[in-house]
Amino acid sequence: MAFQSILSAAAGGHGLAANSWAAVAYLVAGVFFILALRGLSSPASSQRGNRFGIAGMTIAVVTTLLTHLPGKTESFGPDSYAWHFDSAAFIEILVAIGIGAVIGIVMARRIAMTAMPQLVAAFHSLVGLAAVAVAAAAYLNPGAFGIADAAGQIFTVSRVEMGLGIAIGAITFSGSVIAFLKLNGNMSGAPIMLPLRHVINLGTLAAIIGLVAYFTVDQSPWVFWTVTGLSFVIGFLLIIPIGGADMPVVVSMLNSYSGWAAAAMGFTLHNTAMIITGALVGSSGAILSYIMCRAMNRSFISVIAGGFGADAAASGGGSKEQRPWKPGSADDAAFLMSQAENVIIVPGYGMAVAQAQHALREMADVLKKEGVNVKYAIHPVAGRMPGHMNVLLAEANVPYDEVFELEDINGEFAQADVAFVIGANDVTNPAAKTDKTSPIYGMPVLDVEKAKTVLFVKRSMGGVGYAGVDNDVFYMDQTMMLLGDAKKMADDIVKALNGGGH
Amino acid sequence: MDFIAIFSIFILACFVGYFVVWSVTPALHTPLMSVTNAISSVIIVGALIASAAAGSASSKWLGLAAVVMASINIFGGFAVTARMLAMYKKKER
Repeated sequence: MAFQSILSAAAGGHGLAANSWAAVAYLVAGVFFILALRGLSSPASSQRGNRFGIAGMTIAVVTTLLTHLPGKTESFGPDSYAWHFDSAAFIEILVAIGIGAVIGIVMARRIAMTAMPQLVAAFHSLVGLAAVAVAAAAYLNPGAFGIADAAGQIFTVSRVEMGLGIAIGAITFSGSVIAFLKLNGNMSGAPIMLPLRHVINLGTLAAIIGLVAYFTVDQSPWVFWTVTGLSFVIGFLLIIPIGGADMPVVVSMLNSYSGWAAAAMGFTLHNTAMIITGALVGSSGAILSYIMCRAMNRSFISVIAGGFGADAAASGGGSKEQRPWKPGSADDAAFLMSQAENVIIVPGYGMAVAQAQHALREMADVLKKEGVNVKYAIHPVAGRMPGHMNVLLAEANVPYDEVFELEDINGEFAQADVAFVIGANDVTNPAAKTDKTSPIYGMPVLDVEKAKTVLFVKRSMGGVGYAGVDNDVFYMDQTMMLLGDAKKMADDIVKALNGGGH
Repeated sequence: MDFIAIFSIFILACFVGYFVVWSVTPALHTPLMSVTNAISSVIIVGALIASAAAGSASSKWLGLAAVVMASINIFGGFAVTARMLAMYKKKER
């Protein structure tokens, strides 16, 4: 009986904070989300963390469903009314959840790990669009959200929150769509530079801010929808001039925006779960953007200003002196590594493109059996998004305690007999440490040149990395260039290791 | 709740987020992104309110559309995170 009266009181009342038990439930959901991120501090606790996240989301969804059951209140007089549950509307909601569940789970099962950045960008765009839809729904029916007075005027604070929510949501959506198209190869990764783009962008941003301010005094539809439209446009304009190489930063940045959009809607709805989550996700994306910028030695402002890929392509085209280099074969590589005590493998995205991670792990397994100490060194931008290379290696069954981050392993190259570089280039270039004129000067790099021997797997001598700069490591005395496809080379080395010596 | 109360929660949550995210191991940054993606879809709360409310048909349909989009994210985000995390294994000794 008591439960029923709570339900009907909840359904009849407006606003979320009307029920203290619902407020507590949302707070618990928020705490569970904090624990979900906390679990990611180590792979051992990470799966428990993910379950905390699922539990938090279940609590938030069930609480909302119970406190906002669809129904109609029939009035028989000033103090007499009855509330009818609308089962058809409730089923519609469950069907909507079911459709989303099926699509989401199918996408999650089918996606290749190399395509993870695209999937994350696509998911970001959905969060953005959902935020826009919720803000628009709240604007059209403010009474249902408890954000309007009796006359239907939306509260001033709610107007600001709603305006910010829809602006950030729309930017997240259109920006993520562009990021998705660039990452997925539907759109060229080269930056698209519009003339006067800084003027256009700043003007559009100023117009959005001005209109959100004006929205507080005039809640006319044209103000609301113009803010929405301009925000979609600015999201598009902000991302098209950013080159493919900077996409890890962009994906992290959009992750942050999706969080701020959720937080803004949380303010509108006075919902603690949304506010806590928004703050967590917003900080998370901001920190990842910072880590990526630092790893590429790029300032956040210069990434946002865009145009990185274009400059590099121009400077990379110049003629270079021909210098002697030493070619090697799979047999040479197999011999050198089987004689070694310590081998450090440096994988880059080229390894993942060639789908060589399984062959590489097989190579490492054979070496380990022969008593060689094998470790992997990961540069923060080795993949196409933060932590991407770690996932790709984990997929190939490389144990995570053999995989080390740049700062943890860089001191060990001096003791390594062989540094095996496969599909990486710029992240090993010592010019970043010594040559002040190099475009990558200042970028943290892996000190492969300190190893006794460097084996460098590369498709050909002609190609250069993203930054378009030559790498001195190719021409060192202790370097052997293994030219060819990364997967074929790794396979051939495995064959040579198994065949020879026994 | 008044604005100052929820603003206080927001600011404190930003600090919690800052410290919790720095403690995430770099090896798990990709699962971090996919799980934050899933939890930011807590925006489904607003979508559910809009879909259940009477009074505006367009508001209701926008709400239902948002429920579908947020659900894709929630189920997809948690599922892909679980799939990735299951791959991280320790060395066999």
